[in-house]
Amino acid sequence: MKLRDLAHSRTGDKGNISNISVIAYDPKHYPLLLAQVTSARVRAHFAGIVAGDVVRYELPGIAALNFVMDQALGGGVTRSLALDAHGKSLSSALLDLEIDGDLGDTSAAP
Amino acid sequence: MRSIRIGSGAGYSGDRIEPAVELAEKGDIQYLVFECLGERTVALAQQARMKNPDYGFDPLLEERMRAVLPICAAKGIKVVTNMGAAHPEAAARRTAEIARALGLSLKIAAIVGDDVLDACKDSELPLLEIDGTLRQLGNRVLSANAYLGAAPMAQALAAGADVVITGRASDPALFLAPMIHAFGWAMDDWNLLGQGTVAGHLLECAGQITGGYFADPGFKDVPGLARLGFPIGEVGEDGSLVITKVAGSGGAVTAATCKEQLLYEVHDPRRYIQPDVVADFSGVTVEQIGPDRVRVGGGRGTARTATLKVSVGYVDGFIGEGQISYAGPGAVARGRLALDIVHERLALTGVATSELRFDLIGIDSLHGAALSAGRAEPYEVRVRVAGRTETMREAVRIGNEVETLYTNGPAGGGGATKSAREVVAVASVLLPREQATPSVRFVEA
Repeated sequence: MKLRDLAHSRTGDKGNISNISVIAYDPKHYPLLLAQVTSARVRAHFAGIVAGDVVRYELPGIAALNFVMDQALGGGVTRSLALDAHGKSLSSALLDLEIDGDLGDTSAAP
Repeated sequence: MRSIRIGSGAGYSGDRIEPAVELAEKGDIQYLVFECLGERTVALAQQARMKNPDYGFDPLLEERMRAVLPICAAKGIKVVTNMGAAHPEAAARRTAEIARALGLSLKIAAIVGDDVLDACKDSELPLLEIDGTLRQLGNRVLSANAYLGAAPMAQALAAGADVVITGRASDPALFLAPMIHAFGWAMDDWNLLGQGTVAGHLLECAGQITGGYFADPGFKDVPGLARLGFPIGEVGEDGSLVITKVAGSGGAVTAATCKEQLLYEVHDPRRYIQPDVVADFSGVTVEQIGPDRVRVGGGRGTARTATLKVSVGYVDGFIGEGQISYAGPGAVARGRLALDIVHERLALTGVATSELRFDLIGIDSLHGAALSAGRAEPYEVRVRVAGRTETMREAVRIGNEVETLYTNGPAGGGGATKSAREVVAVASVLLPREQATPSVRFVEA
């Protein structure tokens, strides 16, 4: 299944840094997110877009992850040549990530 | 327990106007906040002020004030806004004129002192986003504005202001100010200020928490987006918070909309650095307690930092751009050929660029070649070429080289557009907070 089947997401921007939230629709799927949506995987997914580090913050209270991606916006919103200078559409790309398991599966391992 | 209801009437400078009117009329609110100042808006407004000393505030100020002031005056709703942009005093004078013309008697406050250009333009403060110091930007600098906290706005409300107009201030502080004023929160009660910041952060983008910027048909459906209601925060003096909206308005307030907005533009959730507090969102809880009613609690905070973030606007060269469309069988191949031709033409004709970008809109313009590889070909594509130049003259030549594809490029190109603009970029520095000295100035209407 796709990440889109179990989570929703929003992108924010500050300077040349993009953050993407990944929020489980159902908190019981939070372990799946923790296990499979790692910073390394997000970094690989955005290879060619994100030049810097990807740091993951965990928010178990709302079953959400927050990815902070450095050097992600073509030099910054105000000077980028990109059509989507804010990177607002990046959340939709992340939701295309393949997730092993099914929606009834609450174990972390694939 | 005392509580207040704060409406959020705008999430950005160009936002819809009638949701704010709806909030004032039907929201049972005591405060109406308009957040209208983007990262570089102050720099653009500063350019406008340099051309005309009576300008430099938000271009929609008049329209918004005319729409809401009669209702707010009748109901005693206080207005707080950053529509002052680069010139809060001129915005306050203009608002006073509008109030007089509407037959209203209002006390209008301007918060000044966010403009710290003179204090720091020759400093060696390091730029956070790019290499170098503020001084090294030299005469390219247009503006430097500190993100002020809530105190001067709360002070203006305490002095009886009906309308408070600030320039650069932290967005959540626009909401924190009414809470501090109404409840007398101490400016070192970090947990209350942290929870108040949660409220302000959730409300500051207006429709983004009531179902705007959220809908994804089949996955996240939202009713009535064409008449989206803007949010109301019910805040108690203990910091308790319920997010809601006007009954019958479009959109939806759900736990999911609140969670998305909670993390919007947040980095480390334990350290959301504000002028008044370092807010901690890590323990926040979100609970749906009724239709379009969500309780949000658990925000905390730690002591504020010794510095204020300063947004520096500077001229950063020019960007030229051109676009043209191709459709039908072979559209993608013709689009790629068009990009190759423009690439070669820019080299042949010696257009000096420091950065160039070649996109096929519909294929790879948003997420690049890797993520779009292997997808089905679309029926139509739009060629886009953008480049950074030192001069306007060269920026114009980029769009021209796309436009000449009409008669010189692949078959069937249509709908060419071109643009060239000066770039006003924004960088940040951290300024010792005592170097910004905000004050309140009143204008009577």
